[in-house]
Amino acid sequence: MVTHNCFHCGLVVAKTEEIIFDENYFCCNGCKTVYEILSTNDLTCYYNFEKSPGATPTTAPEKYDFLDNLDIVAKLVEFQENTTEIISLQIPHIHCSSCIWILENLQRLQPGILASQVNFSEKKVRISYNNDQVSLKQIVLLLNSIGYEPYISLDNYEAKPQPVDRSLTYKIGVAFFCFGNIMLLSFPEYFEVNEFWIDQYKGFFRWLIFALSLPSFFYSASGYYVAAWKSIKAGLLNIEIPIALGIVVMFIRSTVDIFFDYGQGFFDSMCGLIFFMLLGKLFQQKTYNFLSFERDYKSYFPIAVTKILPNGDEISVAAYEIKKGDRLLIRNQELIPVDGILISKKASLDYSFVSGEAVAIEKKSGDKVFAGAKQLDKAIEIEVLLSVSQSYLTQLWSNDVFQKKITLQYKTITDNISRFFTPALIGLSLISFFFWIFIDVNIAFNVFTAILIVACPCALALTAPFTLGNVLRIMGNRKFYLKNATVIEQLAKIDTIVFDKTGTITTNKKTAITYEGSDLNLDELALLKNALRTSNHPLSRRLYDFLPSTTLLEITNFKEITGKGIFVEINGHAIKLGSSQFVDHLSENTHKKTKVHIEINGVYKGSYVFNNQYRKGLEQLFVALNKKYQIIILSGDNDGERKILEKMLPLNSLLVFDQKPEQKLQFIEQLQKNGKNVMMIGDGLNDAGALAQSNVGISISENVNVFSPACDGILDALQFEKIAFFMKYSKNAMTTIYMSFGLSLLYNVVGLSFAVSGNLLPIVAAIIMPLSTVTIISFVTIASNLYANNFNKIKLKHD
Amino acid sequence: MSVIYLLISISIIVAIGFFIAFIIAVKTGQYDDDYTPAVRILFDDELIVKPKNKPKSKNKL
Repeated sequence: MVTHNCFHCGLVVAKTEEIIFDENYFCCNGCKTVYEILSTNDLTCYYNFEKSPGATPTTAPEKYDFLDNLDIVAKLVEFQENTTEIISLQIPHIHCSSCIWILENLQRLQPGILASQVNFSEKKVRISYNNDQVSLKQIVLLLNSIGYEPYISLDNYEAKPQPVDRSLTYKIGVAFFCFGNIMLLSFPEYFEVNEFWIDQYKGFFRWLIFALSLPSFFYSASGYYVAAWKSIKAGLLNIEIPIALGIVVMFIRSTVDIFFDYGQGFFDSMCGLIFFMLLGKLFQQKTYNFLSFERDYKSYFPIAVTKILPNGDEISVAAYEIKKGDRLLIRNQELIPVDGILISKKASLDYSFVSGEAVAIEKKSGDKVFAGAKQLDKAIEIEVLLSVSQSYLTQLWSNDVFQKKITLQYKTITDNISRFFTPALIGLSLISFFFWIFIDVNIAFNVFTAILIVACPCALALTAPFTLGNVLRIMGNRKFYLKNATVIEQLAKIDTIVFDKTGTITTNKKTAITYEGSDLNLDELALLKNALRTSNHPLSRRLYDFLPSTTLLEITNFKEITGKGIFVEINGHAIKLGSSQFVDHLSENTHKKTKVHIEINGVYKGSYVFNNQYRKGLEQLFVALNKKYQIIILSGDNDGERKILEKMLPLNSLLVFDQKPEQKLQFIEQLQKNGKNVMMIGDGLNDAGALAQSNVGISISENVNVFSPACDGILDALQFEKIAFFMKYSKNAMTTIYMSFGLSLLYNVVGLSFAVSGNLLPIVAAIIMPLSTVTIISFVTIASNLYANNFNKIKLKHD
Repeated sequence: MSVIYLLISISIIVAIGFFIAFIIAVKTGQYDDDYTPAVRILFDDELIVKPKNKPKSKNKL
């Protein structure tokens, strides 16, 4: 049997649901419709760039009814004048060149759209359109219908585009311009031969170099002076102090040198230094534009909901304007933004944003419903009890951890080193100064300045940015996205790892039950479903929920044998369900799996396998982590699964159940008070407090583009089993940094030996400085890549 | 006046010219997205069916 993949979305097409259209296979009507839309508009090129680039359109169009409200639209658009409007929409599905192509050809699908431009790295499309011909709602529905559903949340409300900070790029541009030109102009004097030609133009060259160094000195390096001044005021000895001191001394000494015609000065080294250090900053500044690490409840909640007026009319209101006593209509797949009381008869709510568990919870009329739940069935009505900001879940955000932006000033490894380096350097320069002052005042000044110049910790300051920047990229390639480079340093210090249970160590996938054996026909399924109805065994309940609903049949005989299975007679059919001994079937030795075997009328049919809901590789991961870390499971659920977990976990790990969101936060706080460095791995909004409180908060996400609470890092759920590798790798990164610190100190010693003895020539400085920089950068890059590759090899051997 | 002054002035002016070009490029946001333009440039040729094969319009305010 040949299986086909859906031409549009790439899913394997089930034989029974296969749709053939235009000689292409489709998995569902949704995909086929998208293809139809595109082919009638001559846009089938979409499928040429990338194989199966599409997504199935899912959401019901009513979801966007709030876009009829012009006040809300006005808050969303970026620009509006006369009839032209511009909107930036975030579309998580953007992932390939086909996406770019189709989204930039929207004007061919919908007249009125003037132009559209994709920003791939931010996963955004910027559409300008004529609002006489087309409304925002139409555009959003169009995008939705071709499988590119935009993501609009409360976060977008009144969010104006952030001004982009490009000052670092400017600074680097200026620094490179100055550095390059000065290097060229310095060359003649490097080969100092007392030629007539050089002598004649020396002054011209030198003053030109001086002029060229000014922008670099005053503009590009300005950040270092500010940082140094701040750390002096705070009484800290940061790495910026020797850097700023070195740059200033270089500039003054060089100016004095050329003014009194002592020599050519160190302008070349100075500008090179500034340029390389800024480059290090840029390298460390790896940002994942398409991810957001600062999300709070606002990015989960809808921007508007449907309010039912006393006279029965339905209007869209902005979520912030919901008041106590309002009646709201929540449609299928919509999120409840406030706490309220259910008015409709029945609701089936999915709290997966809150707890991570994607199991529908039934609520009856009069029950309290909490913000963050998603309605899964037909529309319901609720009466509002608390407004958005007062609701139970959003209250978590008024906790202190969310108020303080940067809770503790984290001391980086470079800062720690410079605590010793800076006083040592200043001490050494003063000692040499006082040593030489009794011999020759002139030399004393020369030596003093030379030490500060040559010891300017350029290589030292570059080590950490380049190592961490590189590690950040390597981890990013392996789908572990960190907020910034300091997170790696903190990762290396972790000694306690706290896991959330639901959604973190378990998967959200609902298809946890699979069938093995000969196919069951519809009648047999009906028999089975009815047989299960009678049993209260947990497995029976789960299987009952899993099977499709059927007609009720009368049961004539029922017997349950505890611990074995059930025997049921329906309409003369005898059904036996239960363990393999019970149905007298010898199955292969798969005792690790939970199975329910089925026998109908004495014929063995097969078995339903209850797949382990825990993530792949969990046990091995825990074994690996247990060697170095204390493992804690912190769960909001009851301890029903304690037994199973205890079997999987290493003996000394701790299990804590029944934790409310704020209790989780306090638990982490308590650990930290006991001197632990805690890493929290969680997923739902209920972990948000704990993630913010912990030293490193990692959020696990099945789809990194969509949901994750505020955190320090986002890990793709598929990479879960590699956590041990990432922890080890972060430690290796720190080792690399220490090694290269040693290397750069070696260079400093060499340079200082020139300086102390009083004969540091500009050309020596100009050679040592770039040489040390280049060796350090190549050393850390090679080392960090090597560590990553080594791991690959080990992994391959294991597999 | 020696030719060296002239040559060096010219070289500096040329360098400043490139520098200004760089600043303008950064200012207009050309470095903000370094991926999409590289893909976009390959598109126009791919439009085999072309009822209205318009050249791509620049999205300018």
